Amino acid sequence: MSAPQDGHNDPAVAFEAAKLGVWTFLATEVLLFGALFTAYTVYRAKFPELFQAEHLKLNRILGTLNTVVLLTSSLTVVLGVDAIRRGKARLLQLYYGATVLLGGAFLCVKYIEWTEEFHHGLFPDTNIFFSLYFMMTGLHGIHVFLGMCVLTYVVVLAGRGRLSADYTTPVEMSGLYWHFVDLVWIYLLPLLYLIG
Amino acid sequence: MRHGTTGARRTYFAVYAALVALTVITVLVSYVHLGMMNVVVALLIASGKASLVALFFMHLKEESRLVWGFALVPIFFLTLIILGTLSDTLLR
Repeated sequence: MSAPQDGHNDPAVAFEAAKLGVWTFLATEVLLFGALFTAYTVYRAKFPELFQAEHLKLNRILGTLNTVVLLTSSLTVVLGVDAIRRGKARLLQLYYGATVLLGGAFLCVKYIEWTEEFHHGLFPDTNIFFSLYFMMTGLHGIHVFLGMCVLTYVVVLAGRGRLSADYTTPVEMSGLYWHFVDLVWIYLLPLLYLIG
Repeated sequence: MRHGTTGARRTYFAVYAALVALTVITVLVSYVHLGMMNVVVALLIASGKASLVALFFMHLKEESRLVWGFALVPIFFLTLIILGTLSDTLLR
C-alpha cells in the first residue's frame, strides 16, 4: 500500500507545517502570559504608589544578570540552529548543551532571588505586586525548565544521528520556543524590576 | 536562508551585542527619575529588544507573510484584551 500523496510527504512542506504549528502554539502562550500582563496593567494603574514602593525591594542587579544569561542562551540556540543547517550535529550538541546549562544558571539565580525575598518576608500573599511577581516569574521559570527538557531531547536526537542539514525540524522548532521564553523575560525585566 | 553562512553568524553576534547594550541602557535609565517617561522609555527599549529577537533569532525577517500573520495576530488580540479590560476597570 503506497503512502497517501498529500503535501506532507514533501519534507519542505512538512517543515512549513511544523513551523506554523509552533507559531500557533506560541500564540496561545502569548495569551497565557497575556492574562498576567493584563492583570499587571490593571493593578498598576489602580495602585501606582504601591508598585513604585514594592518594586524597589527586588534585586535589580540579579534581575539584570539573569537577563544577560537568557540573552546569551538565545545566542547559543541560534548558533545551534546555524550549526545543524550546515550539517554539524556535534557543534549543535555543544551549543544546545550550553543553552541548557545557561537555563540552569538562570533558574539558580531565580532561586537565590526568591530565597532572599522569602527571608525578607516577601511572599505571594504579601501584596498584589508580589502576587504578580511570583506568579509571572514562576510561570516563566516553569517555561525555562520545560525548554531545558526539550533542548536536552534534541541533544539526544543528535547523538542518535537523527539530525542533519536535511532534517533540522526539531532543532528549529525547539529554538523558536526558547526564543519566545526569552521574549517574555525581555518584558518582565522592565515591568517588574525597573518601573514597578 | 536555509543554510548557515558566516554572514548569518556575524549578524547573530551583532544582534546579541545590541541586545546586551540595550539591557545595560534600560537599567541605567531606570536609575534616572523621569516620571512617566521611565515607563515609556523602558517599554520602547523592551519592544526594540523583542523585535531584534523575533526578526533575527526567530528568523521572522526571512519568513513568509503567512508566518508574519501567525506572529502578529496574537499581539493584536493581546492589545485588544488589555485595552478592553482597562476601558472597564478605569472607567468604572
